[in-house]
Amino acid sequence: MTTVSGAEPFRLEARGVSIRFGNHLALDKVDFGLRAGEVHALLGENGAGKSTLIKILTGAYQPTGGDVLMDGIPMRLANPQDAQVHGIGTVYQEVNLLPNRPVAENLFLGHQPTRFGLVDRRRMDRDARDLLKRYGLEIDPGSELGSHSVAVQQIVAIARAVALSGKVLILDEPTASLDRNEVLRLFEVIAGLKARGLAIVFITHFLDQVFAIADRVTILRNGRLVETRGLDTLTRTDVVRMMLGKDIAFSGATSVETERPATDLLISFKGYGRKRAVQPFDLDIHKGEVIGVAGLLGSGRTEMARTMFGIDPADEGTAEMNGKPVAINDARTAIGLGFGYCPEDRKADGIFGDLSVRENIVIALQGKLGWFSALTRDEQLEIAGKFGEAMDIRAASLDMPIKLLSGGNQQKVILSRWLATDPAFLILDEPTRGIDVGAHAEIVRTINRLREDGLALVVISSELDEVVAYSNRIVVMRDRKLVAELRGDNISPGVIVQAIATHDAAPDAITEGTAP
Amino acid sequence: MRKSLRPLAATVLIFIVAYGLAIANFPMMASTRVLGNFLTDNAYLGIAAVGMTFVIISGGIDLSVGAVIGFTGVLLAALITWFGIHPLVAFVVALGLAALFGAAMGLAIHYLEVPPFIVTLAGMFLARGAAAVITQDSVPINHEFYSFIAQLYFKLPGGGRLTFLGLLMVAIFIIGAIVAHRTRFGSYVYALGGNTTSASLMGVPVARTTVSIYVLSSVLAALAGIVFSFYTGAGQPLAAVGVELDAISAVVIGGTLLTGGYGFVLGTFVGVMLLGLVQTYIIFDGTLSSWWTKIVIGALLFLFIVLQRLVFAASAPGGKSSEKA
Repeated sequence: MTTVSGAEPFRLEARGVSIRFGNHLALDKVDFGLRAGEVHALLGENGAGKSTLIKILTGAYQPTGGDVLMDGIPMRLANPQDAQVHGIGTVYQEVNLLPNRPVAENLFLGHQPTRFGLVDRRRMDRDARDLLKRYGLEIDPGSELGSHSVAVQQIVAIARAVALSGKVLILDEPTASLDRNEVLRLFEVIAGLKARGLAIVFITHFLDQVFAIADRVTILRNGRLVETRGLDTLTRTDVVRMMLGKDIAFSGATSVETERPATDLLISFKGYGRKRAVQPFDLDIHKGEVIGVAGLLGSGRTEMARTMFGIDPADEGTAEMNGKPVAINDARTAIGLGFGYCPEDRKADGIFGDLSVRENIVIALQGKLGWFSALTRDEQLEIAGKFGEAMDIRAASLDMPIKLLSGGNQQKVILSRWLATDPAFLILDEPTRGIDVGAHAEIVRTINRLREDGLALVVISSELDEVVAYSNRIVVMRDRKLVAELRGDNISPGVIVQAIATHDAAPDAITEGTAP
Repeated sequence: MRKSLRPLAATVLIFIVAYGLAIANFPMMASTRVLGNFLTDNAYLGIAAVGMTFVIISGGIDLSVGAVIGFTGVLLAALITWFGIHPLVAFVVALGLAALFGAAMGLAIHYLEVPPFIVTLAGMFLARGAAAVITQDSVPINHEFYSFIAQLYFKLPGGGRLTFLGLLMVAIFIIGAIVAHRTRFGSYVYALGGNTTSASLMGVPVARTTVSIYVLSSVLAALAGIVFSFYTGAGQPLAAVGVELDAISAVVIGGTLLTGGYGFVLGTFVGVMLLGLVQTYIIFDGTLSSWWTKIVIGALLFLFIVLQRLVFAASAPGGKSSEKA
């Protein structure tokens, strides 16, 4: 094995790893080097290949090409236990421990000290107490894990991973469900482990946290390595630009439709928010207007949509529709008001995979009508046929299960579902994700057509070029807060990137900051 | 007090109050004779319930228990009475067959990912059917060894008898409690009931543990069948119908959470004793139909499920905002 001369050898290294799922190359010759005593952030949007790389490093996937090396020696990791034996421990966003068992058992399960073949509880509790003290936790090792806060559980998970592995610690979005103080506490723990010489991989969507704790960063996009660099040489804007795409023009021409007079106010949200989901925001939505929502994953975009649609109802603020106050406390109410919502995770939240295209189209309309005025099969066929044609849904038959359709066609079915209810306001969450390029353009055309028909739309998307192409206005989310509103000539992907990355002060380019 | 201990405490409290009331009505119920019979009469149920406790803590269910008891009785009668095989050899055969049977169910549950309810339902039909294929009649077991064991007891002051069968059940409960609370295997059983995904990520041998749990349940059911054959002195293919449901009731009344993850082997003992108490009381009363036993058990079961719901619902982790609506 050759080691790079002069450079400090890597503790854990992935050399040119590739992995292919069917026809899809999920990782394409990615290099990743982790040093002892560093916190290394791994960044990338959804589908960039972050979690795939992590699964290779933890033995959950086997790469189809390339090597994984520990201290310069190639290893074969057949499963997560293998990785643990080699010294790699992982802590996930959702604590993968046993809330029903005592803390001590969670620390030592599978390795409990025994005496005469029986678990030596007293010793286990003592060891647990000693171990947790090093992490600044003084809790009863005999207490149920589930009785503690997520932060404490997270630290217990880290303690277990470090105790069992000891060389590399992979933290997969450990802060996603923690509040600010808990994050600080976790950071102290991470800093302590770093000082002890552990090599730490830190995955998060929160840029502030990356800059607060990480030494170096590796950015992935579309399964490829963009760059690995020291954070001291990077700005927030650099990082966001690398995550979203290098070739974003900063002063590019905008193709946003000329602004309509904001006379036809449809819905107005004031101080609308929900604890732990999205901070209070103000948003006026007009007829015939598309509002783009930009922001990194986890910035509160989806939470905002779910709050507006009443799935996770707001706990503060007011909503007015056509000048009258409305209380949107569940999705049924929202549908009754003429709202529609196409969720981000189409497979889990959008389609009914085993039902036919026809049934998938009429289901929201049927729900709106109620069960006592059932649509006959002929009526269903007529409605489905109408939208099938209007939306150009390509299916062999309207009676085939929707799961057999391509992603783009599924998306069109879900759009049809809402259009069948004759909505006034549609929320689309990542409508073009996982859809091939041709279908992309069609969805964008559809959005434009709906706008011309007088619908109000809120479209959440990570595809900045697209958002710019169809939005009249763009609101930017960061850290669960609506931080900026861009309109008119000020809109370009570059400006959006800047708004996402900006730490505190609003840059000049933003004409209307609505941050509270 | 730990939250998970509350249902158990409630069971113990209810048992004490119920027993106190029973004694107030029928002072004879305090006698060692009644107490001794408690143990003997419920020995087979208790032994089967120990296995069921492990199964339920792991998040599963075993519906084949009663059928395995019935099959074991018939098998023993056939081997001993028809073929003249020594009972001890017959026991080894019965326990060995039960172990294979349990292993097959465990393998199907783990590798075919079929819910335990379905697999053990199939097991129930198989075992009950196999018993009826051997014979459709009641076959008496007449062997010196049988009369010897059946008559084996310590005399208690007051005329009660602490039989070998009763003591065997107590021993199984004590061993079961040690295995559940003091061995790695025990902690794996709780881990499976808590969260199978977490358990496997934490390195719990999920396949081996699942198979072991169902082997344990079937072997204990066969042991219950052996005890039952001592108790009745015969093998009968329709014996012990529905015992699995009594066992499940005893486990739940004893404070084990039906959804898995929490429970106590010794709680099941109190559960079995509570069921026995209800039965004995109704016999003492004499005017009540024996079906009242079922009604009381039903009411108790309902009470405990509601109680567990209240105790555990308060602590259930709140839904995440991004959870599917």
